[in-house]
Amino acid sequence: MKKYSIFSLARNALNFHQDWEKAWRSPEPKKNYDAIIIGGGGHGLATAYYLAKEHGITNVAVIEKGWLGGGNTGRNTTIIRSNYLWDESARMYEKSLQLYEGLSQDLNYNIMLSQRGVLNLAHNLHDIRELKRRVNAIKLNGIDSEFLTPEQIKSIVPMINISPAIRYPVLGASIQRRGGVARHDAVAWGYARAADARGVDIIQQCEVTGIIRDGGRVTGVNTTRGVINAPKVAIVTAGHSSVLAAMADVRLPISSFPLQAMVTEPVKPILNSVVMSNAVHCYISQSDKGELVLGAGIDGYNSYTQRGSLHIVEEQLAAVCLLFPIFSRLRIMRKWGGIVDTCPDASPIVSKTHVDGLYINGGWGTGGFKGTPASGWTFAHTIARDEPHALNAPFNLDRFTSGSLIDEHGAAAVAH
Amino acid sequence: MLLIPCPWCGERDEPEFHHGGEAHIKRPLEPDQSTDEEWAEYIFMRTNPKGVFLERWVHQSGCRRWFNLARNTATNEIIGAYKMGEKPPISTIANKQKTATVSNKKPKGVK
Amino acid sequence: MAQTNRLALGGDIDRTKPVNFTFNGHHMQGYAGDTLASALIANGVRIVGRSFKYHRPRGIMAAGTEEANALVQLETGARTLANQQATRVELYEGLSATSINCWPSPDFDLMSINSWFHRLMPAGFYYKTFMWPVSGWKYYEHIIRRAAGLGKSPVEPDPDQYDHMHVHCDVLVVGGGASGISAALAAGRTGARVILVDESKDFGGQLLNEQYTINNKSASRWIEDALAELSTMEDVTVLKRTTAFGYYDHNYAGLLETRTDILTDGGDKTRQRLWHVRTKRCVLATGALERPLIFSDNDRPGVMLASAVRTYIQRYGVKPGNKAVIFTNNDDAYRTALALKEAAVKVAAIIDTRPVPDGELPTQAIAAGIEIIDNATITGVNGGRGVKSVEVMSLNAAADGVMGVARTILCDLVASSGGWNPVIHLHSHSGGKAKFDQARGIFIASETLQASECIGAANGDFLLGDCLNEGFRAGKEAASKAGFKKASRRKIPIAEHIVEHPLRLIWALPSTKSIGERGKHFLDLQHDVTAADVQLAAREGYASVEHTKRYTTLGMATDQGKTGNIPGMAVLAQALGVDNPGDVGTTTFRPPYTPVTLGAFAGRNVGVLTDPVRMTPMHHWHELAACKWEDVGQWKRPWYYPKQGESMQDAVNRECLAARNAVGILDASTLGKIDIQGPDAAEFLNRIYTNAWSKLAIGKCRYGLMLKEDGMIFDDGVTTRLGENHYLMTTTTSNAASVLGWLEEWLQTEWPDLKVYCNSVTEAWATLSICGPNARALLSEFTDDIDLTPDALPFMGMKEGTVGGIPARVFRISFTGECSFEINVPASYGLALWTQLMVAGEKYGITPYGTETMHVLRAEKGYIIVGQETDGTVMPQDLGMDWILSKKKDFIGRRSFTRPDSQRTERKKLVGLLPVNPNDILEEGGQVVAEKGDHRPIPMIGHVTSSYYSANLGRSFALAMISNGTERIGDRVYVPMDGKTITCEVTAPIFFDSEGTRLHG
Repeated sequence: MKKYSIFSLARNALNFHQDWEKAWRSPEPKKNYDAIIIGGGGHGLATAYYLAKEHGITNVAVIEKGWLGGGNTGRNTTIIRSNYLWDESARMYEKSLQLYEGLSQDLNYNIMLSQRGVLNLAHNLHDIRELKRRVNAIKLNGIDSEFLTPEQIKSIVPMINISPAIRYPVLGASIQRRGGVARHDAVAWGYARAADARGVDIIQQCEVTGIIRDGGRVTGVNTTRGVINAPKVAIVTAGHSSVLAAMADVRLPISSFPLQAMVTEPVKPILNSVVMSNAVHCYISQSDKGELVLGAGIDGYNSYTQRGSLHIVEEQLAAVCLLFPIFSRLRIMRKWGGIVDTCPDASPIVSKTHVDGLYINGGWGTGGFKGTPASGWTFAHTIARDEPHALNAPFNLDRFTSGSLIDEHGAAAVAH
Repeated sequence: MLLIPCPWCGERDEPEFHHGGEAHIKRPLEPDQSTDEEWAEYIFMRTNPKGVFLERWVHQSGCRRWFNLARNTATNEIIGAYKMGEKPPISTIANKQKTATVSNKKPKGVK
Repeated sequence: MAQTNRLALGGDIDRTKPVNFTFNGHHMQGYAGDTLASALIANGVRIVGRSFKYHRPRGIMAAGTEEANALVQLETGARTLANQQATRVELYEGLSATSINCWPSPDFDLMSINSWFHRLMPAGFYYKTFMWPVSGWKYYEHIIRRAAGLGKSPVEPDPDQYDHMHVHCDVLVVGGGASGISAALAAGRTGARVILVDESKDFGGQLLNEQYTINNKSASRWIEDALAELSTMEDVTVLKRTTAFGYYDHNYAGLLETRTDILTDGGDKTRQRLWHVRTKRCVLATGALERPLIFSDNDRPGVMLASAVRTYIQRYGVKPGNKAVIFTNNDDAYRTALALKEAAVKVAAIIDTRPVPDGELPTQAIAAGIEIIDNATITGVNGGRGVKSVEVMSLNAAADGVMGVARTILCDLVASSGGWNPVIHLHSHSGGKAKFDQARGIFIASETLQASECIGAANGDFLLGDCLNEGFRAGKEAASKAGFKKASRRKIPIAEHIVEHPLRLIWALPSTKSIGERGKHFLDLQHDVTAADVQLAAREGYASVEHTKRYTTLGMATDQGKTGNIPGMAVLAQALGVDNPGDVGTTTFRPPYTPVTLGAFAGRNVGVLTDPVRMTPMHHWHELAACKWEDVGQWKRPWYYPKQGESMQDAVNRECLAARNAVGILDASTLGKIDIQGPDAAEFLNRIYTNAWSKLAIGKCRYGLMLKEDGMIFDDGVTTRLGENHYLMTTTTSNAASVLGWLEEWLQTEWPDLKVYCNSVTEAWATLSICGPNARALLSEFTDDIDLTPDALPFMGMKEGTVGGIPARVFRISFTGECSFEINVPASYGLALWTQLMVAGEKYGITPYGTETMHVLRAEKGYIIVGQETDGTVMPQDLGMDWILSKKKDFIGRRSFTRPDSQRTERKKLVGLLPVNPNDILEEGGQVVAEKGDHRPIPMIGHVTSSYYSANLGRSFALAMISNGTERIGDRVYVPMDGKTITCEVTAPIFFDSEGTRLHG
């Protein structure tokens, strides 16, 4: 892999950029691999990269039915944070954030990690109690987190409306200053390039149509480009976890929903942090290009269509106009949908399955992008050693039977 | 925004309804006799198919009746609604699956 | 400045109505009917703005929604609008526009220094650099962010309003050109409900820009007649300035209507209206957009789309240049040459990439004396600040290079045409597929998931006669499929036909050097994406159109690639050695077709209308008492009632003492109330609640806990048996709706055999709760038919009768631990009774208290609040509530108790905490640790769920969920808070009247 730098840019400029090598090869699939990773999104590519880097397993194929990074990796709102309540989640997402912090250099691909701070707003007394519980837990877990008063919020986000007279006033917020955003495509491409450089075969335009088993063991996959054998097969297909798992008769507690996101027209810098509000359902940041990047709540029904309903977007943009009345005249330039695989406890599955040699990574819900590096790192460990790392051990599939859920969803429950 | 045929009220816009997840999941008659696995299967495990899905909806802001819907999750095409306790429209579903309009054809040409 | 480029004649502008405006501070004048773009052209403005990346000077390149260059900031202050296409802004008196993304001016822009380094900035350069030092990106990013962005966001709240409209129709026709008008006429004549929309202020589409005749009359006359006929049809709605921006599942369309002549100012109307249309059928007559040819330095000010040049001359009476070169691969652009000629603008030459342009239009051009240079291409455009000349050479046989000697042609306008792309965006929005038609070089709609059809130019049928025929056919067919089959005998109008010869597809036109080495072949003008960028992306392995779009940002600008996407895909296909551009991946267009204002999406659901406010019958009294409010769901609940000069703590202390020592009164109307009736009601409650209900006597109340199937607490409340088959259930305030839904779900889906009926009666009753030693005395003044003595109405009893002459139910239930009466009266009597109780209660020291005091009092007694002590991960056993779990029956959630995780001994349990220093108040949400220490991470054993200062106890206290907590009673634990760590003793979760003597008193 030829190194990217300002010097390589200058050198290539002299030759009108004719000599750049391919970021990754387009190999023909081999007959046999040591491991097959189904799904060429950020998580799958990261898994392949860490399998090669941390475990020396390089005879690996990443099989992607479309184009690498073409699923949720390229459809999310790119928020990165590790301010999770439960210890298990905090450790997993903090590992992710730490890997993100060195990722551009590790991959030699600028993923544009922008640690501009992530604020979560509180709009009622219950929100405040919950946010404080989180802030305290996160701090004691050694992760940065602070509670902000409305005035402190205003000093960081001058455009926000903190008037106590609005329908759901801003009463406070938590902030994780190390949180922020990154360039989502770059994460996928950077992992792909670095994995490829270590010998991983990334095979695009190849759809897995079956998972081949012999007794209780996996032996390979059927694909639109023939049979590919491997003693280990890992499913990392956010948005299609259930579909792939069903090929090996593995039942999952996952439902897939559309999640919509959108960007406005680009404007000069006006919002320097990421602002999220669960209570009124919106999250907003400004991309380096100047677009406001906005996320909505999930649509309420199972669907694989990658498009959602208009009223969901309308509710969310009304919330934006409540918090930022100055943005009312800006215009939405593009909106799209992804498919999020959600677990009942809003935590992912990074786990072995009851089929020997078959591993599953999915159910990241709306939080997959921020989890990408740790997801790959722990999943690679699980595949290489055939046992989970301490970080992902709690995120096993058995927890739905034993009841030891990691209930990030429940912890946000509202009632009184 | 989906247009959902409530068996009691006719076609209404999606925001009047609430989705109730997969249909035809039976609560074990004697929960105490079920294993942990069977209990987990009942409360958590879901089929989540890409294609025809038998699901439950409730006409929350309308007649407040629960009913079932057969809907294609790959296209959002609604195949039919049927009342609680009724059998799914198997023959219609089979026909629809034969003539599914969505092709899974991939762009070709580039490796 | 004079309108130097205004033609003496022609156009649909009114030369008797001058309109004054300013551009970058310069006063200018246009005419009524102008767009900002046509007025700028009239005033000789060439450079309107600068490009995104290289800051190259840019002028107007189009006349409609496809404009990529000419973006302006309109007005200043609260009404400012960013990034407006000059081509889409109707000129109004006093308009003020400024260029964006340049400083100090578009003519002299300091950021154009970027273009010096352009060779270091190919597609995706930022992925390859800015990585040193490790923390360096934040500094680079700061600079990059300031350089990026286009216009400016307003910084004041939007003074305008927006609204929503929801309609149904039989046929929605999108696009008011020849095809769309025809379709609307045909559908309307059947009696169907039709909506016809067009994005412009005038109907006619491309007809407005051309000189066509229909039925031997001018096209404008035909449009006029058609609109007149449509206006007579009762069920036809015609919407101008209305863009169908999105097409959603099940034939649902979003339309954005701009309602005022002045785009920036709603005046006394809503500025924009978002229409939600559910249609039975949809006819997409969205027309086509011309695509530019891709040649070296095709971005110079003065390089325009050929059709746009024609539009400016014929519709607006302005000339975009004085000496033009036409550059084309098709016959259509010859119309521009002829129009220029007719407007007395010199046409230096027509450069045609085709070897033998011999169609009827070329023949007319030759007859008009215009030179045609065939089999040729432009190899360079000279003039950085505006076209001065072009260099022309012949194409070689393979059309991948040039030959011969370059000829320089002086000109100040290049009108370029690469053919037309059907607008299939809406078709694509809702799952429709597209296929590439090699012969015509266009993407057209294939399968659709909706009841829609693309017709006319939107389907690649560009001839006017075809558009009319197709329009009438499609309109009639759509109406018929929607159930309107009435036949019309009216004949389809006839239009002239000029048969056009095929175009020649050469996507990126060669120059004297390889693409990228001489000048720039721009694909996406706004984002400065060139053919070389796309080729680089292909070379580096970004081989699908999705990769290339993302890597180069092609098509991601405000115009969403309306002119650049298709040529870009074609260049990519070529770079990858693929014949069919459709094979590099299909394009999926995303809504909105053109940008839609956030305010329009929000509609009227802003400000006080953001969400309904639910108010109790006594709300007004609380308001007059100047209470502080707490938002609980949509409800407003009194939080506390401060007296003058009181702090919150003062007020809560006073309220707490009064409730325990005199009499307190609480508005508890927000609690959910569900009326449950039917012969199987008791059995139903047995299944829903964890405890047994069969033996509850009429007139008795019982506390119940309901779980989800995972065994976790979902809700709690008191249910009273009112009659043989009649119960009244209360729920928490915020769960009222979910609990009703929960009950109905089980009844209808799992236990349809049970005869039970549920109804929400929350808002039918006002609930006044009085408690304290004087409560009974006060209440006895109000009733003579209810015996309030403890024997007659003991704790957990209920009596019906009258209170203050009002029919009432009086419940002996208590959330404070005091002797307490919860009085339910019909909601309309609530305020009257409250007021009377306040007057009569004065002598007893009656004190209204809010939710905060309620929380303190109940916590003193260790009563939980669902959602505060519980969080969806708490089982009844965790709260020490084993007593409420029946062992004799099944109930929802019971099975989950035996799962391994439910059996863990280290589960969190509810305990009390007493800070060692009685004046230290713990923070709710504080985390509890077993050992003091500054190291992080430090293991946490639980958290503080409720914490207060208690005036009754004279100290602080708290409730907490602590791992293995019951075993820790008596232990010391620590709660690290900002600044200090508070040491506490673990206690049982009850602090007041643990024998319950007051409760039963």
